[in-house]
Formats: sequence, structure tokens, C-alpha cells
Amino acid sequence: MINLASRDILHGWGKFAFTGVGLGLLIGVTLTMAGVYRGMVDDAKAMIDNAGADIWVVQQDTLGPYAEPSSIHDDVARDILGQDGVMEAGNVAYLTMQIQQGGKDVRIMLVGIEQGKPGEPAFLVAGRPITHSHYEALADVKTGLTIGERFQIRRHQYKVVGLTRRMVSSSGDPMVFVPLKDAQEVQFLKDNDALLNDRARTTANPAFNRPGVPGLLDSILENQVSSHMVNAVLVRIKPGYDAEAVAKQIRRWNHLQTYTKDQMEEILVAKLIATSSKQIFMFLVILAIVSAAIVAFIIYTMTLNKIREIAVLKLVGAGNHTISSMILQQALGLGLIGFVVGKTAATIWAPLFPKYVLLIPGDAILGFILVMLMCSLASIFAIRAALQVDPATAIGG
Amino acid sequence: MRESAIHIEDLKKRYGEGDAAVDALKGVDMTIWPGEVVGLVGPSGSGKSTLLKCLGAVIEPTSGKMTLGGETIFDGAWKIDDLRTLRRDRIGFVFQAPYLIPFLDVTDNIALLPMLAGVPNTKARVRARELLDALDVGHRATAQVSELSGGEQQRVSIARALANQPPIILADEPTAPLDSERALTVVRILNQMAQQYQTAIIVVTHDEKIIPTFKRIYHIRDGRTYEEAGEGREA
Repeated sequence: MINLASRDILHGWGKFAFTGVGLGLLIGVTLTMAGVYRGMVDDAKAMIDNAGADIWVVQQDTLGPYAEPSSIHDDVARDILGQDGVMEAGNVAYLTMQIQQGGKDVRIMLVGIEQGKPGEPAFLVAGRPITHSHYEALADVKTGLTIGERFQIRRHQYKVVGLTRRMVSSSGDPMVFVPLKDAQEVQFLKDNDALLNDRARTTANPAFNRPGVPGLLDSILENQVSSHMVNAVLVRIKPGYDAEAVAKQIRRWNHLQTYTKDQMEEILVAKLIATSSKQIFMFLVILAIVSAAIVAFIIYTMTLNKIREIAVLKLVGAGNHTISSMILQQALGLGLIGFVVGKTAATIWAPLFPKYVLLIPGDAILGFILVMLMCSLASIFAIRAALQVDPATAIGG
Repeated sequence: MRESAIHIEDLKKRYGEGDAAVDALKGVDMTIWPGEVVGLVGPSGSGKSTLLKCLGAVIEPTSGKMTLGGETIFDGAWKIDDLRTLRRDRIGFVFQAPYLIPFLDVTDNIALLPMLAGVPNTKARVRARELLDALDVGHRATAQVSELSGGEQQRVSIARALANQPPIILADEPTAPLDSERALTVVRILNQMAQQYQTAIIVVTHDEKIIPTFKRIYHIRDGRTYEEAGEGREA
């Protein structure tokens, strides 16, 4: 038996191909939206993985340090090291800010780390780790910074000594790692005018500038310009210990909030990016509906253009199955072309997006199944119209 | 006794009901023999197309009797459940416009019918080529429909009507779009095919040029038929 669908497609391949490309671009957008969502989740997971920690210790009653502000003293890390099962503990400070790179503004997440402790990037793709106490930085390649390049944060110049990859915040901003002390200074440093003003106010305050207590004023002034706060302590546990048990111990004795890796992942994926993912899901639903409507309209129009031929086919004895099958195959053919074009387009344009777009085979397979299902459903209207064609219309009168 | 190809008695067809009812056929009688080409002539609105649709098992008559090849297919109701198969296997259609399938080539336009009847592709295509040769369009076998002239397209549509070797062909004004010479050629072909395959052919026409070529003519007026012996001149 002749395959009527393929013959019709070959006969009007130009029109069919253009329609398929148009649909494909729409499918490409849909796949990309799914990729944007996956990218957000992957960014969040990458951040957690790259931290290299088993437990995050943060301020009590907060979801910090990524989802909520968290502030704890940096000497807490020493206390935590004394807990059973703790192998390493490192202070970290996180700060989202903007730096200048090559004349452009680049949004980054500044991470203050202690050398050799949890929080350091797990690997470098170029350069070396931070070895100086101040003003050296490790930057993600996405910042556009290169080895040896200098950039300014507040009033200091930092030199890039190493490059990392896939070190991004949950919102996709590339990370720049600097020594913890520098990050603390960046977070709490005031401008000169504010410092002078504060100093004058404190000096003028008789409570802080008592004649009988030498050194008090100097201590207070020193305290005003220094910070010993960090956002979190990252803990690595000894082999054989259960993270939840160690976390519970820290909660109990140190009066701090702790999160294991799974809990932190839950916070980032289910809470921090939940709204964004719902937004994307809504877009996906709308795009799917629009795509289905377009396919239905195209197939319906193509069928209406063949009404006379369908009437003749029915008159000469073609069964409903033959006609339905022709329309269904064309709808599936259109879906196949659309999917191939869409997948190719999404693969080509995904790296051009400013944020990470992760296209995974599972989504592609699911997308393919959905496209085919959508095309099958969309063809129902056209099949219904075709089956209602009266063979008598082929005969005049 | 010789079996008629088509025999109808007192065939009636009413459209609508009540005051809006229209009697398109008011009692048609007709007998066509195998190998015979009969003209069906009448003015617009006389019931020609309705009669053709009833004969083609496309619409159901209201009453009367209809037999094809001796088998009663309608006697107050359809006697055959599968009218689609009846049309496919026992009735060929030639239309005013050829209505060929534009996305199939010439051979496949013809071969499609046997294929729908379950004939293997190769055998169906061989049959199509034979018919194209018989109708002098064998050289256009691989052409696309859009590449054919009007006359060639009509020959291909005749070949299609013959593809399943039906005992009956219903031709609805097959010469309307053709000039005199081509119209007469089409009638000559129909006569040849009728003789060669013993097919009964009813040609509905307005065409004054071809009316004299029929040996028998049925006039239809106000839903009734009147038989007339034609001149039967060679086309």
C-alpha cells in the first residue's frame, strides 16, 4: 500500500519543511525553558557540591547562608572542631556584588575562604590556589577574568591567580574567591567619611572616653572597624560518621543551626528557586499549549486543503483508517521535524544564554514523547473533519 | 438469461421533510447491460446527480429497488452492509474534473485503487501500466498529475475508474472541460473500454457534441426518466 502521508509531504515538502521549522523553533524555546530550569537546579547543586562540606553551620533560626542572611562569629569554627566526628571546619563569607571587568559590570558572588579549609574550590582549571593573606583571588571563568588580571573591590585591587569552572551561585552569578579577612572587610568596611564621623561621635561620648580608663576608647574604635563575623562554617566530617548525628551534636552544644548536604539542597531547590521554577513551569505549560494549538491549526488547514481529494478517496473506497492514518502520520511527521529542529536549535543557542542552560537527554526524550502525543491529539480535529467529509461531494450537483 | 449490469425500478429520493421536502427522483426505471454506454441527459436540477449518487451507493434512495449485476443492493433499504467495499470493487467513477490525487504520480493514482482492495503493489502497478497503455497515456506513467494536459488527466481518471475492473462506471459530465475533439476522443475511449471489459457505463452529460454518439439515452426530467434510442454514431 502506498504511504499517502509521505507522498503528500514529499509533494509539498517546502511548505511542510517551513512549517516544521517554525514549529521546531517553538519547541526549541520550550526545550530551552526546561534547560533554564535544569540549569538553575544544577547551579544550586554545583554550589553545594563545590563547597565540599558535609554540614553547614549557620545562625540559629535561619536558612542561611544562601537563602537567608546568617551571621556568626568566626571563632565558632574552633569550637566546632572540638566536636566528635568533625574533621575540618572552615569559615566562609558570601557577598553578592558587582565588579568591573574589561569596562563591563559583572555580577559576582564574592566568597571569603580560609586557605586549605572547606569552602575552597575543589579544583582549578588554570593558575594556582591563593597563597597570600590578602588581595589574591580565584575567579570562575564565567567572570571573564584571566590569570594575572587585576580588578577592584571597594578600595583594594585584587589579582587573579587561579581560575575555576562551574563555580556559581544559585542565581547563576560566577564566584570569586578571596581570603576570608578580605571578604569580611568588604562586607563591613565603611567609607572614610563614615569612619571619621563614627570616630568623632565615639570620642565625644563620655561613656566611651573615660579619663580614668586608659585604652578603652582605642579598643572601642578598633572594634568599630574590624569584623569577626562570618556567614557560615562549613564542616567536613571524619569517615564513618553520620552527618546528621554530628549536625545534631553541633546544634545541641553550640546553639547554632545546622544543615546537612541533603537539607541544604532541599533549601536551595525547594525553597530558594521554587518560585522561579514555578514561573518556568507556567511558561512551559503555555508554550506547550501554544505549540499544540499551532500544530492543530496547521494540520487542520492542511486537511481542509485536501477535502476534495479526501472525498474522492472515500468515494473510491478508501476506509476511514486509511484517511485517519494519513493525517496522523503527517501530524507525527511535523512533530518529528519540529522536534529535530527544536532540539538542534536549543543545542546551538543554549551556550549563548547568560545563565547556565542544561539540556539533559531525559528531558529531550520526554519532550519527544510529549511532542508526539501533542501532535497526535492535535490531529484529532483534522481527522474528525476528514471523516465528516461526504464522499458525495466528489460528485457534482 | 443475460444478466443486466444495472437495473432500477421505481427509484425515489426525497430530500428533507414536510413542506420543505423536495422529491429529486420521483420513480426512475433503468436497465443497463454489460458492455453498453448509455447517456443520461437532462437539464440542471432534473435529478441527474442524485441518480448518480444513488447508483454510486453514496446516498440512500428513499424507496425503490436497485440491483447491480443481478444482486439486489437496495430494496427499501441497503442490502449490503459495506457500501465502501461495494464502491471500491464494483463501481468506477469518472468526474467532470479528473480529481486525481496531486501528490501521487500517474501510475500510483491508478494503482491506489487495487492497492486499497488488497492487491500487492507490484501487481497493482502492472495493472495501472496496462490501462495507461490501453488509453494511450503509457508514456506519462511516471509524470506528476500537474504535468498532464486536461485530456491526459481525463484519460488517467478513466484508467483509475477501470483499475479494479468494475462492472459499472459512472461518469459525471466527463467531457465538460474538454474541447470537441478531445470530448469525442474520451467518448470513443469509453466505448472501447466498455467493449473490451464488458463494463456498463452511464455518462451524465449536457454536451450536445457527444449526445449523438450514444446508442441509448435516458432523459431525466423532474425526477423521472424517459428512454430514447440514440443515433449511436461512431465517435
